[in-house]
Amino acid sequence: MANPSTQPIHAGEIPKPNTAWIWKTFWIITAITALEFAIAFMMPSSTLRNTIFIVLTIFKAFFIVAEFMHLKHETKGLIWTILVPMSLLIWLLVALITEGNAIHNAIF
Amino acid sequence: MSTISPTTQAVSDSALDKPRTGTWDGGNEPFNASYGKLMMWFFLLSDAFTFAAFLTTYGLIRHRYMAYAGSPEAFTFSTKYWPIPEKVFNSFPGLHGIDLPLAFVALMTMILIFSSVTMVLAVEAGHRFDKKDVQKWLLWTLLFGTTFVSCQAWEWGHFIGGTDAGTLMNDGTVFHGANLSVNQYGPVLFADLFFFITGFHGTHVFSGLCLLTYCFIATTNGTFEKRGHYEMVEKIGLYWHFVDLVWVFVFTFFYLV
Repeated sequence: MANPSTQPIHAGEIPKPNTAWIWKTFWIITAITALEFAIAFMMPSSTLRNTIFIVLTIFKAFFIVAEFMHLKHETKGLIWTILVPMSLLIWLLVALITEGNAIHNAIF
Repeated sequence: MSTISPTTQAVSDSALDKPRTGTWDGGNEPFNASYGKLMMWFFLLSDAFTFAAFLTTYGLIRHRYMAYAGSPEAFTFSTKYWPIPEKVFNSFPGLHGIDLPLAFVALMTMILIFSSVTMVLAVEAGHRFDKKDVQKWLLWTLLFGTTFVSCQAWEWGHFIGGTDAGTLMNDGTVFHGANLSVNQYGPVLFADLFFFITGFHGTHVFSGLCLLTYCFIATTNGTFEKRGHYEMVEKIGLYWHFVDLVWVFVFTFFYLV
């Protein structure tokens, strides 16, 4: 995407809005939310159901970050700068799951 | 001052006003993104870690308590096990006493997602220098954002007030609602985590509303038009989408799982 500060200022003439991609993304996110809501009532609680929820949530997150926050259209360097530190969260999850017992015993 | 002629003064002034364009002179934009946008991304990255820590803590603490083993129909509140979310969040404003599991929170989710859509529309209008459209979509975003915070206020009020029946606690008294040290829904930490996670998110939405209000005033005054770009709308848009993104995760981990 061109930097807005480098675009010429349009005097008088305002171009037509280009919003089809915005609505498409909106309908995808809405559909995923509706699906999650349906699964919450049609499926008994289980590890499989939780896994489905997490996968669908990551899908939704992808559309919000890639399209709405425009990250997909930024340079590769910026995309990796944001995504690579996120892998630290995997470490956080593993650490807390394996050490969870010790934390619980120390507090309670 | 007497040594500098007026002409030299004028030349040096205009040299200061012009942006420097040399690669090693500040004219280079790493990642093709402006300073402000890049810093907003880094701030959001750090904020993502804060929220991830909150949600991981929720998972850890929830996992330490026994899961409810019986059938969902026979569920009753008890401090012994973690409550089923759809049994806690099952009321809707104006429909007292009717069991509508997760209906209100689903509505809140849609309101926030829709506010994200109107925010992208405002950013898109900014790219076209369509001041009227930017104003229109910022106002819609403000409206949906305010509605979301108001819904959350109602949700908190209801959570704190509790159900009509209440729950018989260990000390033999019936307790209605919740505070930080005792609640009728389950373990003490359940209500604590509810207040901290949704409260921290609500604070973010509120900050977003303040920023959007500033944005609307500046757009109306023509500040961005004079500046030659609507980048401020973009930066605040990034923040607003992030708040929506966090809610997507809160919705899954607090209400669905």
